[in-house]
Amino acid sequence: MAGNATRLTRFNMTSLVLGLAFLYLPIVILVIYSFNASRLVTVWGGWSLRWYHEFFNDRAMLEAAWMSLSVAAVSATLATLLGTLAAVGLARGERFRGRALFSGMLYSPLVMPEVISGLSLLLLFVALNAERGFWTVTIAHTTLTMCFVTVVVQSRLTALDRSLEEAAMDLGCDPVRAFLLVTLPLIVPAIVAGWMLAFILSLDDVVIASFTTGPGSATLPIRIYSEVRLGVKPEINAICTLVIALIAVIIVIASFASKLSSARGESAAPL
Amino acid sequence: MSARRIFARPARFAAIAPYLWMVLFFLVPFGFVLKISLSQTAIAQPPYTPVFDFTDGPAALAAAFAQLSFDNFRLLLQDNLYILSYLRSLVVAVTSTLILLVIGYPIAYGMARLPQRWQGVAMMLVIVPFWTSFLIRIYAWINILQHDGLLNKILLALHIVSSPVVWLSTDSAMYLGIVYSYLPFMILPLYATLSKMDASLLEAAGDLGASPRQAFWLVTFPLSLPGVGAGALLCFIPIVGEFVIPDLLAGSNSLMIGQALWLEFFTNKDWPVASAAAVALLLLLVPPLVLYDRLQRRQLGSNR
Repeated sequence: MAGNATRLTRFNMTSLVLGLAFLYLPIVILVIYSFNASRLVTVWGGWSLRWYHEFFNDRAMLEAAWMSLSVAAVSATLATLLGTLAAVGLARGERFRGRALFSGMLYSPLVMPEVISGLSLLLLFVALNAERGFWTVTIAHTTLTMCFVTVVVQSRLTALDRSLEEAAMDLGCDPVRAFLLVTLPLIVPAIVAGWMLAFILSLDDVVIASFTTGPGSATLPIRIYSEVRLGVKPEINAICTLVIALIAVIIVIASFASKLSSARGESAAPL
Repeated sequence: MSARRIFARPARFAAIAPYLWMVLFFLVPFGFVLKISLSQTAIAQPPYTPVFDFTDGPAALAAAFAQLSFDNFRLLLQDNLYILSYLRSLVVAVTSTLILLVIGYPIAYGMARLPQRWQGVAMMLVIVPFWTSFLIRIYAWINILQHDGLLNKILLALHIVSSPVVWLSTDSAMYLGIVYSYLPFMILPLYATLSKMDASLLEAAGDLGASPRQAFWLVTFPLSLPGVGAGALLCFIPIVGEFVIPDLLAGSNSLMIGQALWLEFFTNKDWPVASAAAVALLLLLVPPLVLYDRLQRRQLGSNR
């Protein structure tokens, strides 16, 4: 197998190592500087948890963090529910009227610029006379993130061996029970990974949240964004590090979920 | 009757709720964008009363169509700011995509050549930053690039420069930010095609006397073109409408279309013109979106 042409060369290795260093170095530096005791972000004044204390005493930031976490939790749950149903419809429904439109609608938000999605949803909410705040942001995030859930769950569903469901039906299960008893347990890891992805995407979004939220209900990214525009503050380093830590925990759980599912004999999740 | 056919029926019902959701919160909103983009700019205060009402019947509809105003689009064409921001968006997206290809290809290639065991680890390492907040990663660069940031300190300490270099609010900082943020989007599709490639093709090329370099350009690269296309479009399309990165890292003197839209909306509060800009941006993105869709379909087809 390992002929001359397929060997890992020094060039391959160097580009790989440099590429990964490029991806990780800025984040590592940010985390280190969040423990800086100095008020000046650029001068190292020794290790300290000062900026974490500052954050936990900053009412506005805490409220924003709470808003972000609750929006992320609710929208991820809704998105997982809708996205899984959509994936089942697409992977198992075969042909139905408007299928092309449906899958088109589900794939466009993955690449659509956020300014367009944000603007269009805001115009809808204004037309509906909906009060902007928690629910409008949650609906906006659900719409965006359910598409990602659909992609993750659908790829797992298509990789799944269909004869399992067919066997269940041959043994007397109706299609719905065959799905609930056989298929659903097999795709749970993909659903978990989808929820995590939706949660993280919601936690990250500035643009759509800016369009769809009302005065006085800013999410954490909106607050961070407006602070960053004014200049770098050490407290922001601490907040960002906390967010990174939260995301790291989620990634560990999600990758565990996807390992669990690949151990059951399916191909690895795309995300 | 096959079990497959029986299964299809309830599965179709599963799609109803998400279908309605997407129509209500994805498709219908575009109708509003279109409508407001065709409304009079003169009505300065939102919410804009509808120019026409569907309940009034076809006669009113015809009258309403006569009332539709294309002024906002005319304004886009006349105002240099918009034409320049469109051109700038295109230039930035094309340039960044090319840089991403040049940087991303060797990384994806290296990944595809790792021993099987390590490929999963490498893929995980590339995906993790993609999961980590966009905003935080851009912010991390601001830390490094600012006037007395780490980069200038290192350059000064190494006596490469004698006084701090201005990095922030420059085009180079913006390109750096874009390349940094979109690199995983470029690497993943490239890696997907490169890792699926049949190694025996390269061995055959070698047996027939091709040098590794020749084998790469004559065999590997042409075969990886679908991945190149997918990666390029996956980066190009969102970069055209990018807002956060140029806003935080680029200078304020030239705008991309996403920023122009944002400014028109939030600062000038001119919703009709902002909507017209959104429609125009959407039109600009239709060809690459269609192309991307075709590529995806072809790849799905070849996998089956």
